[in-house]
Amino acid sequence: MKITFPHMGNTYIAVKALLDDIGAEYVIPPLNSKRSLELGTKYAPEMACLPLKINIGNYIEAYEKGADTILTAGGRGPCRFGYYCEMCREILNDNGYTMDVIVLEPPDVEIMKFIGKIRKLAGGLNIYHILKVIKNTTIVAQRVDELERLAFKIRPRELRKGSTDRIYEGFRRKVIDVKGSQEILKLVEDTKNQLLKLEIDKDARPLEIAIVGEIYTTIDSYTSFNIDSILGGMGVEVHRANTISGWIIEHILKAVVPFTKDKRYAEAAKPYLGTMIGGHAQETIGNTVLYAKDGFDGIIQIYPLTCMPEIVAESILPAVERDYNIPILTLIIDEMTGEAGYMTRIEAFVDLLRKRRERGEIAENLVLSGN
Amino acid sequence: MDVKVGIPRALFYYQYYPLWKTFFEELDAQVVLSEHTTAKILDEGIKSCVSEACLPVKIFYGHVMNIKDKVDYLFIPRFTSISKKEYICPKFGGLPDMIRNSIKGLPPLIDTEINLRKSKKNAIKAAMETGGFFTKDKRKIERAYKKALESYREFNEKIKQGALPSDILDRKLNVIKKSNEPELNILVIGHVYNLYDSFINMDLIDKLRKNGVKIMTIDMVEEDIARKNAGLLPKKMFWNFGSRAFGSVMNFLDKEDIDGIIYLMSFGCGVDSFVCDLIERRVRKTKDVPFIILTLDEHSGQAGMDTRLEAFIDMVRWRYRNENNVSAYG
Repeated sequence: MKITFPHMGNTYIAVKALLDDIGAEYVIPPLNSKRSLELGTKYAPEMACLPLKINIGNYIEAYEKGADTILTAGGRGPCRFGYYCEMCREILNDNGYTMDVIVLEPPDVEIMKFIGKIRKLAGGLNIYHILKVIKNTTIVAQRVDELERLAFKIRPRELRKGSTDRIYEGFRRKVIDVKGSQEILKLVEDTKNQLLKLEIDKDARPLEIAIVGEIYTTIDSYTSFNIDSILGGMGVEVHRANTISGWIIEHILKAVVPFTKDKRYAEAAKPYLGTMIGGHAQETIGNTVLYAKDGFDGIIQIYPLTCMPEIVAESILPAVERDYNIPILTLIIDEMTGEAGYMTRIEAFVDLLRKRRERGEIAENLVLSGN
Repeated sequence: MDVKVGIPRALFYYQYYPLWKTFFEELDAQVVLSEHTTAKILDEGIKSCVSEACLPVKIFYGHVMNIKDKVDYLFIPRFTSISKKEYICPKFGGLPDMIRNSIKGLPPLIDTEINLRKSKKNAIKAAMETGGFFTKDKRKIERAYKKALESYREFNEKIKQGALPSDILDRKLNVIKKSNEPELNILVIGHVYNLYDSFINMDLIDKLRKNGVKIMTIDMVEEDIARKNAGLLPKKMFWNFGSRAFGSVMNFLDKEDIDGIIYLMSFGCGVDSFVCDLIERRVRKTKDVPFIILTLDEHSGQAGMDTRLEAFIDMVRWRYRNENNVSAYG
């Protein structure tokens, strides 16, 4: 059995730690590329959302490298993600890529069933060992997220443009050749130190933009055309509430380990969207409110075309925009999105925010001098 | 004067109107419906709604615009789930919030949450909450709900016998001239709000009937049969429409003599994108039946739709003629 799994941003690092530690044989699909997307677009239903198309591309590319079993997460609706596993099974089988699918279903699952599945993968490790592996995986995911956040902070302040990207992208490539959670953690630590050593402009006050929206398109840098690094390069500090560790905890580990999730966003979203309607709609609204209260300069919402929950969020966001006086830009991504048009919109948005801040500062100074 | 409750003639109107109407009328409220969908309603909907939403939702916006100034309350329930362990499209769950945050000058909304995911008993809870807008008398609400269920049952009964909701709701007399060709049985799959709004689908139902087609729909299959068939899927389908559609199609493939399948979907429909693909794969694998997907959006042109429909029906008929002929090439 050779396992593979779909890409979503840095998820592969955490999954790799898990599979290394339980000693499973696996293939990491080639990092997301134009080819993965094209393969997926060819086989997936036309109106399916973008992540499904990329996932199918990942599986086919992994199949070519010898994988025969897919490890993925499930769900029970109403977001389409919950049915990805079945769609992939059908589509791959119909096109001659016969693969098994192991689905880690989160909420309904009982702990023993979940551990049983991991055990099947691990081939007879005891429960104590498995729990330790799960714990280490979570730590890896959290450390990688911290590293990403550090990169968000340093990028707009770096003195030599592109130095953060060089180190960070280097880490993403190098980590593939490292084995086991301990070594991965060590590499994360080294990378962190490298980043901290970079020369930065300590007095800079970069614009602050928060990214909200559907998780795949916000987290996966290929899909979002590297928006983190584009914004960083323009001197913008990026924040993002969706994280890999948050997702892994919510979708896979919640059943096993008692994590308490930060639910502040639900409270903040209440005046606009009363209930959970699936996907990340409530997070999008709630986090936008929280970021606006924290004094961010602007918000960017990203989602794949036809994403049902985010369409609801997009319809509601103008009300938040009005109430909190914060600019919001919505970017929608599908396989036809052109980079130039996308870049232009981001640049225009950043220009607008910069002018807005300058104007605000001038107004403030006027008041001061008037005093 | 009676309190006026506005119901937009869109989305779940086609599924639940008899229930709502009886319920509100038993509570001495006057039910006001928006007009039948027109180009103007669609235009207003497009203007007030985000462009990424699907056609039915845009039309719903248009109906709200059409009726909002004429009523005391607008009935836009928050549909989270209408059956156990199943959901419907997330847009229904967020609909009252979407409307509230994008249309100005609305009357108070009755946005009771209807969530039967955990238990069917939540339906009566939702009814009590909705009734609370009109009377404090709980017994009266219970009585009204009972009567409402009664008329809803009658409505469903007629559908199971082969009537279409649009025939019942619009009280249309079936005076369409039948064609001389033999009758074809065609299964038309689609959400109620796409199938029975003749503006949205450009008179699909009448056009088919004029061509001598007997229309079958997934609503004609008993729910438990559909559910049993939906169990064939390796993973439980968590959308109500999905499991009903899939289960019913399997039933039709098994038992009934159907000549063709039309899948009517709206552009950008998340549920349809998966359900349609699953059904199409299953149909193509199990039976030799012509299958066509018609996609609707606000740019759909009549002519293109007619052409595809006519071509499809011609093709289905040719299959029959050719079957009886001996090939000229021996």
